[in-house]
Amino acid sequence: MQTNTSLVACHECDLLQREVPLPQGGIVRCGRCGAELYRSHPDSFERTLALTAGAIFLFAIANAFPIVGLKLQGQVIQTTLFHAVQILWDEDMKSVGVLVFVTTMLIPALQLLGLTYLLLPLRLGRVPQHFALVFRMLQAVRPWGMVEVFMLGVLVSLVKLAHLAGVVPGIALWSFAALMFLMAAISAVFDPRDLWARMRVAR
Amino acid sequence: MSFATAASRGLLTCHACGLLARAAPHGHDICCPRCGAQLHLRKPDSIARTWALLITAMILYIPANLLPMMHTSSLFGSQSDTIMSGVVYFWTSGSWYLALIIFFASIMVPMLKMIALILLLVSVQLHSRWQLRQRAGLYRLVEFVGRWSMLDIYVVAIIVALVQLKALATIEPGPGAIAFGAVVVLTMLAAMAFDPRLIWDPVEEKKRG
Repeated sequence: MQTNTSLVACHECDLLQREVPLPQGGIVRCGRCGAELYRSHPDSFERTLALTAGAIFLFAIANAFPIVGLKLQGQVIQTTLFHAVQILWDEDMKSVGVLVFVTTMLIPALQLLGLTYLLLPLRLGRVPQHFALVFRMLQAVRPWGMVEVFMLGVLVSLVKLAHLAGVVPGIALWSFAALMFLMAAISAVFDPRDLWARMRVAR
Repeated sequence: MSFATAASRGLLTCHACGLLARAAPHGHDICCPRCGAQLHLRKPDSIARTWALLITAMILYIPANLLPMMHTSSLFGSQSDTIMSGVVYFWTSGSWYLALIIFFASIMVPMLKMIALILLLVSVQLHSRWQLRQRAGLYRLVEFVGRWSMLDIYVVAIIVALVQLKALATIEPGPGAIAFGAVVVLTMLAAMAFDPRLIWDPVEEKKRG
């Protein structure tokens, strides 16, 4: 088995194409079906690492503090994300609870930890153990992280509840909003090609 | 421009890291030399798997829309809300933009997604060379938009968690939420099982004659 580095195949239509050098910030699209083949981002590696570090902090805050509260007869009832999952579990909606837990907590956490695990040692010139395994995990898990959809869901429920009682946005709401942008930025900036190139150099 | 596919040259693309690898002449279970992911010329049993997941999703789409997502019980009686009655509620209470968002994310997107996948599957099975680029774009749209259907699940989760005050009202999740969550997950899995390269393979077949 031999590898071929000067050619690239479109992952959506299988067309073989020659790799071309890219100006910074450029995108290469498949000549036949228009799918994005690869892109080059200035400082992709450093930016991904920085954004991941920021996202970890926001993720911690977003999960430790209440997302929203309801003000009723002088009382404020608040809920964190995990509390919402617990209630679904207790209400015998275990599958729905698990779905919410996995898509909004477990997978974003795995993504952030996985990226840190790969990028930080590489930055210091070392290749972490099980590099390929963690990389594959990151790729497999990516479609299931849904922070941005959750954010829209929270906004819709806020409007729905505003008819019922006073709504108090919590700290976690703002953190989630910011986390949503950082996660989007990470997936835009992260460049697997660059990662493998650096890994070859480090080894 | 002359077109050659990786498959016609005996090359496999790794779906995880994008590396091109040469297929062994009679190799099964080849792993990517760089990242170790399993390599396939095309996703295995793509059409059968996509149909299976899609049909299951279509069946569950019925209870997802007919069964209540939430039960509200208060001093003034109790009430069950399906997805559609939630949309109607927002529409009549003046939040027409939210009504549109929910209608689009929860009713239109899953339905259009299922129709689009049927179209893609049938056209691939007929070895059609009709509107190749448009169908490729349709697949990309299906993959991109699917996740947004999860919206209603999160709305149920937040509202149920907050309205647990026994004095005023209690809102409980309904069985519709389970069916709806399953529809979203199954349609996402179906879209992942489908191999978009199958759309383009008839072009190769024609060239070979």
